[in-house]
Amino acid sequence: MLEIRDLEAAYGDIPVLSGVTLSVGPGEIVALLGPNGAGKSTLLNVVAGLLRPRAGSIRFDGADLASVRAHLVVERGVALVPEGRRLFGTMTVEENLELGAFAARARATRAAGLERVWALFPDLRERRRQLVRSLSGGQQQMVAVGRALMTNPRLLMLDEPSLGIAPRLVRSIMESLAEINRGGVAVFLVEQNVQAALGLADRGYVLESGRIAGHGSAADLLRDPHVRRAYLGPLAVRE
Amino acid sequence: MSVLAQQLLLGLLIGGLYGLAAAGLSLVFGVLKVLDVAHGELIMLGGYMAFFAVALLGLDPFVSLLLVIPLSVLLGLALYWGLFGFVVRADEETRVKNSLLIGFGLALALHALAVRLWTADERSIITPWGGSVISVGGLSIPVVRLVSLAVAFALIGGLHLLLARWRWGKAIRATAEDWQAALLTGIDVRRAYLLAFAIGTGLAGAAGTLVTIGYSVSPSIGLEWTLKALIVVVLAGLGSMIGTFVGGLLLGVAEAASAAAFGGPYREVVGLVIFVVVLVVRPRGLFGR
Repeated sequence: MLEIRDLEAAYGDIPVLSGVTLSVGPGEIVALLGPNGAGKSTLLNVVAGLLRPRAGSIRFDGADLASVRAHLVVERGVALVPEGRRLFGTMTVEENLELGAFAARARATRAAGLERVWALFPDLRERRRQLVRSLSGGQQQMVAVGRALMTNPRLLMLDEPSLGIAPRLVRSIMESLAEINRGGVAVFLVEQNVQAALGLADRGYVLESGRIAGHGSAADLLRDPHVRRAYLGPLAVRE
Repeated sequence: MSVLAQQLLLGLLIGGLYGLAAAGLSLVFGVLKVLDVAHGELIMLGGYMAFFAVALLGLDPFVSLLLVIPLSVLLGLALYWGLFGFVVRADEETRVKNSLLIGFGLALALHALAVRLWTADERSIITPWGGSVISVGGLSIPVVRLVSLAVAFALIGGLHLLLARWRWGKAIRATAEDWQAALLTGIDVRRAYLLAFAIGTGLAGAAGTLVTIGYSVSPSIGLEWTLKALIVVVLAGLGSMIGTFVGGLLLGVAEAASAAAFGGPYREVVGLVIFVVVLVVRPRGLFGR
């Protein structure tokens, strides 16, 4: 579904990604792991069209995505929940969600999309008229996921959805991602919380210094001594 | 006492025009992150459009708004496609710098063009009912300026509704708040820029019309109106059009008060003092988000 081949990207003169090749299949949940500064967010931003790649190809369902402008990437069915949520804080929950259905393809399914979000996050329905900035971090993350869902995506990308959120809510967010996935949406997840990410994912890639340093099934990655040492911390190694 | 009240009233009446003049600038700056210092010249051009609509077509001055606003919107589209559309491709810091250069250049060019076409003379619109005055409790209210204030308020109210309810109005607000997030929801941010700039120029045209009706127009009024609009934008802050209008009223009253207290020449000083004080004490402005 998503095929990335030999991707190179840079901010100005500073190279961030080199020779990245990876894929996400239909209905899959794929995790992208790696230390801070490895280029994980950059990779998602390139796919979303916010940053142009230097070289390489990005294809979605066989069609080129690398030269498509960001708002049209959304139209193709690829949504990104950006790092730090990036909600419209001066607007209500409902307004944020409705803006998610701005693209033509999503507008047709707006009512159904809203129902889907309310079903997934019942808390939000009660707070639909509240300004987003008055919500807790976890609730804001729900709005961010909901807004992306409103675009009616076939591939949902998330950049660190667990960042700054109470552990109890991390589990609930991960469960809702599994629920979204059961509805037929492929999920591509960047996470620092490796345990949570691999608990959810089918497969994972490890990105280090802009290169793919490893990949495998979630179970294999969880057993991999390098991954355990680097991302699960000393406690995980001891247990 | 009644003299002071009369002066404050006149300040309030012109304050509505400050608010309207600032609304367009605020919208363009808030959404495009482009500081259009030629905004006053766009007001000046709107003033001439109104003048000629009245002089040549014999329109009622207020009816001429129905012609001036669409023409100004078209002018805004042309300016965006020809000039500012290139500026918004740069990152935000470069945008403000480049827009200053382009804005000053545009202001000079439009000023020179206006002198060339219409001479440097002051012109105003004179209507049969232009001198009418309503007396209320010892205060005389010039009818034309009262209607101008009402029109300015109605336009701001309309703009507020447009941004609150219209699909693209919401897109413009979203773009102002976070253009990358707007892109991620499928909003064509460049179209939002184009619309905001065109609406901003339409508001400048409306302001120019009211300025010419209530006062006068000449090729050199641009800088003064850019300054007033800038002061109001700083005073009110970005994000609320109603707030911008209130900021305009406040500036008008403050000018009148300082003229009454310290003498006429101090009218212009108070705005600059407000400018500096707000930037130091409350940089996001009174109603800024």
